[in-house]
Amino acid sequence: MRLIKPDTSIDFVAYAKYALVLSALLIVVSIVSFSMEKLTFGIDFTGGVIVEVGYPEAVELQKVRDALAEGEFPDATVQHFGTSDSVMIRLAPEEGADSSDVSTRVMDALDVEDSAAELRRVEFVGPQVGDELVNKGGLALLYTVIAILIYVIVRFHWKLAAGAVAALVHDITITLGVFSLFHLDFDLTVLAALLAVLGYSLNDTIVVFDRIRENFRRMRKATPMEVVNASVNQTLARTLMTSGTTILTLLALFFLGGEVIHGFATALLIGIVIGTFSSIFVASVLALKLDVTSQDLFPPREEDAEKASRVTR
Amino acid sequence: MNRYPLWKYLLLLAVLAAGVLYALPNVFGQQPAVQVSLESGDAPDAQLAQRVERILDNAGMAPQSVNLEEGRLLALYQGTGTQLKAAGELKRELGDDYVVALNLAPSTPEWLRAIGAEPMALGLDLRGGVHFLMEVDMETVFNNTYDRYARDVPRFLRDESIRYTRASRDGDAVRIEFPSAEAMNEAEDALASQFDVLEFSEAPEAENTLVGTLTETEAQRINDFALEQNLTTLRNRVNELGVAEPIVQRQGESRIVVELPGVQDTAEAKRLLGKTATLEYRLVARGRDAQAAERTGNVPEGTELYHTRDGQPILLQEEVIASGDQLVDASSGIDQQSGSPAVFVTLDGQAASNMFDVTSSHVGDPMAVLFTENKINTRYEDGEEIREREKIEEVISVATINGVFGKRFQTTGLGRNEAHDLALLLRAGALAAPVNIVEERTIGPSLGADNIAQGRNAVIVGFLLVIVFMAVYYRGFGLFANAALIMNLILVVALLSLLQATLTLPGIAGIVLTIGMAVDANVLIFERIREELDGGNTPQSAIKSGYDKAFSSIADANITTLIAAVVLFGFGTGPVKGFAVTLSLGILTSMFTAIVGTRAIANLVYGRKRRLQSLSI
Repeated sequence: MRLIKPDTSIDFVAYAKYALVLSALLIVVSIVSFSMEKLTFGIDFTGGVIVEVGYPEAVELQKVRDALAEGEFPDATVQHFGTSDSVMIRLAPEEGADSSDVSTRVMDALDVEDSAAELRRVEFVGPQVGDELVNKGGLALLYTVIAILIYVIVRFHWKLAAGAVAALVHDITITLGVFSLFHLDFDLTVLAALLAVLGYSLNDTIVVFDRIRENFRRMRKATPMEVVNASVNQTLARTLMTSGTTILTLLALFFLGGEVIHGFATALLIGIVIGTFSSIFVASVLALKLDVTSQDLFPPREEDAEKASRVTR
Repeated sequence: MNRYPLWKYLLLLAVLAAGVLYALPNVFGQQPAVQVSLESGDAPDAQLAQRVERILDNAGMAPQSVNLEEGRLLALYQGTGTQLKAAGELKRELGDDYVVALNLAPSTPEWLRAIGAEPMALGLDLRGGVHFLMEVDMETVFNNTYDRYARDVPRFLRDESIRYTRASRDGDAVRIEFPSAEAMNEAEDALASQFDVLEFSEAPEAENTLVGTLTETEAQRINDFALEQNLTTLRNRVNELGVAEPIVQRQGESRIVVELPGVQDTAEAKRLLGKTATLEYRLVARGRDAQAAERTGNVPEGTELYHTRDGQPILLQEEVIASGDQLVDASSGIDQQSGSPAVFVTLDGQAASNMFDVTSSHVGDPMAVLFTENKINTRYEDGEEIREREKIEEVISVATINGVFGKRFQTTGLGRNEAHDLALLLRAGALAAPVNIVEERTIGPSLGADNIAQGRNAVIVGFLLVIVFMAVYYRGFGLFANAALIMNLILVVALLSLLQATLTLPGIAGIVLTIGMAVDANVLIFERIREELDGGNTPQSAIKSGYDKAFSSIADANITTLIAAVVLFGFGTGPVKGFAVTLSLGILTSMFTAIVGTRAIANLVYGRKRRLQSLSI
């Protein structure tokens, strides 16, 4: 079975104009959404308290809210978590509540109403821990990008590295944009997913680059544009197949993995779709705009130069 | 021709066999057990094993087996009913020197355990339990230290008859003002030799003034000591909770991770962990009527009114002989002479000389230990931390001074359990630095079970989807890839078990993700083979060049993903680390199975056919 016919020859470089416009649009929307809505950080980053309570049967949120208000938590955010018999209660850290036994007091407040409630999960994160995580998380993203940049410069060329990193920034920005736009919770697992997206998207891009390098060697008379087009076409089947299988497993995770892993699966799903798009349209096209040529990857008089460089270095 | 030498097949089979063996323990599940370990942290011996067996036999609750392992003793049961009763029985019979806890023991067969095969450990999010991140309040530690030097330094100068005009604590420094430059210079030399943990320098902005700060090594030592002390105390307190496999671990400069698997009553756990205590040795005020003082509220000058643990009022002298931070060690044991239980206490130098002075003139007088517990309540207002202290004071021991002593002494006349409790309280009171809980995660047991079930389902369904997809898309070669995928899953599980890595929910997500990505190498190879075939190559040479040409892409692609995984590991905590570990392992094993594994099968199936016309791809 084949999705892509062997002699497929789509002029991706020509389509890239429209693709770049779309990308630019998405990035602008993301940044606007960012600056207006910010990210809905989970308590991993903001600090605060989450209490998840299970009930033997479906429960009305209003009843829970009333019970909490009657206690000492009028500002608690209450929502269903996954199913209607599970409730998640969020408390901001600014609440002025004694943090070290909030969960106990929340349960006390709820027990008044319904003694069948069962404590399923408590998460309390102090604000200082959250601040550290934001810093560390940002640094982790930065370090990953830098490490990858160095690897691609060494293995390929800075023009391709620039294309790859632009694609990565593109993927991360748009994924974050989606999270911001739809007010999805950004917690620690989502950050982990973003890092995995970096790795994945780059994986895709590198495969294309590898083919570009090979084709520059084989298609001596072709223009760089023809080489890039041929390379993207030749790797298209692989790009779509791998994205396909990964998306399949992620769908399994998304639907079956449970609420805790939901954000993680969502981030990866978005990231992989965007990442696949960017490795087809963004990374190599940008390298092309930077005038990547055969000489960049193979210095003139290939063999001699290679030998010479081995001696002199 | 596509042939592999025999040794490559054998290597593959050997790796697969080892993988299966070490992954196998995860299939057997767990069974209820009662765990016995020693409060002191020593490893239990065969004697204890016999004793436990005898106790259980006598009570008619003979366990399936009693195993000694890694500093603990496990009595295995079939059902939770007997397990609970047996734990109660053991707790009663063994007494306080032992920690009896309920646990789940892996029911790995003996022959597997013999080769070191054990199942993966489950993280808190899968088995339920409490995770605390505690921060030692180093500011208080250093405040106390500088306060002490702000007292000690002027005392020393007086003893040495060196004149000074003023001595005080100035933030994180001791500041001493002198009437003249000569006095200052004299003091500087004398201080430098007496207080080698302090660095003295002249204050830049004031004349004839010395500023002393802790040396870097001393500051580090104090920091480490405070943390170690807290670790020890927390371990003791965790033991009080009777948790099966607790983790109490240092994290960084000032933090401690406490994980209590299976603990549900977080209120109780927090109450125990969050309290800080200090103690003071003081003389009991003799000849004063404590009852009357309590009744009338008239407390005689120079004394203070406290209560003993059973509520009796008692009057103590205001003067403190020794305090908790001067206590070096306290342990319970048997007094050599009388053969009765005793608590042995060791004090540091300053307190020892104080104790010597006081006991010299007070033989026959009663001395008391005042225990002060500071519970810290932290709350947040407008993003700022506000801490409130709640103080509980009680006299935990009153004993008569039988002779003159200094550095080491013992308290006798206690019951066995009393001695044990007193030693524990004394050690707890030695805790100089308060701790705060800065992070808490509690997972209920039902949620843990749900997480396991959901994780398992996601892995199975994701796996099946990919397998079907590959088989449909690549037919014969798809089946090769599927065989490699199964082998990959086995190897990842085997490696995780071998490394005794903790499996968490994000870890499972990592496994699911690697399944999706593991086929990537095969997709690269197969697409190459198709291209070669399309280009008019013969099937045999298409296989060969397909594998060869795809290799550089596979290596590059996987190395970059590995870079991301390594950064993730370095930055991540707990669960995220788990994800990074499974992801990296998955990448490494998938390169092996997808390249060597599928090639071996392809060679076996097609390699010998000279006139191969087509491939099932």
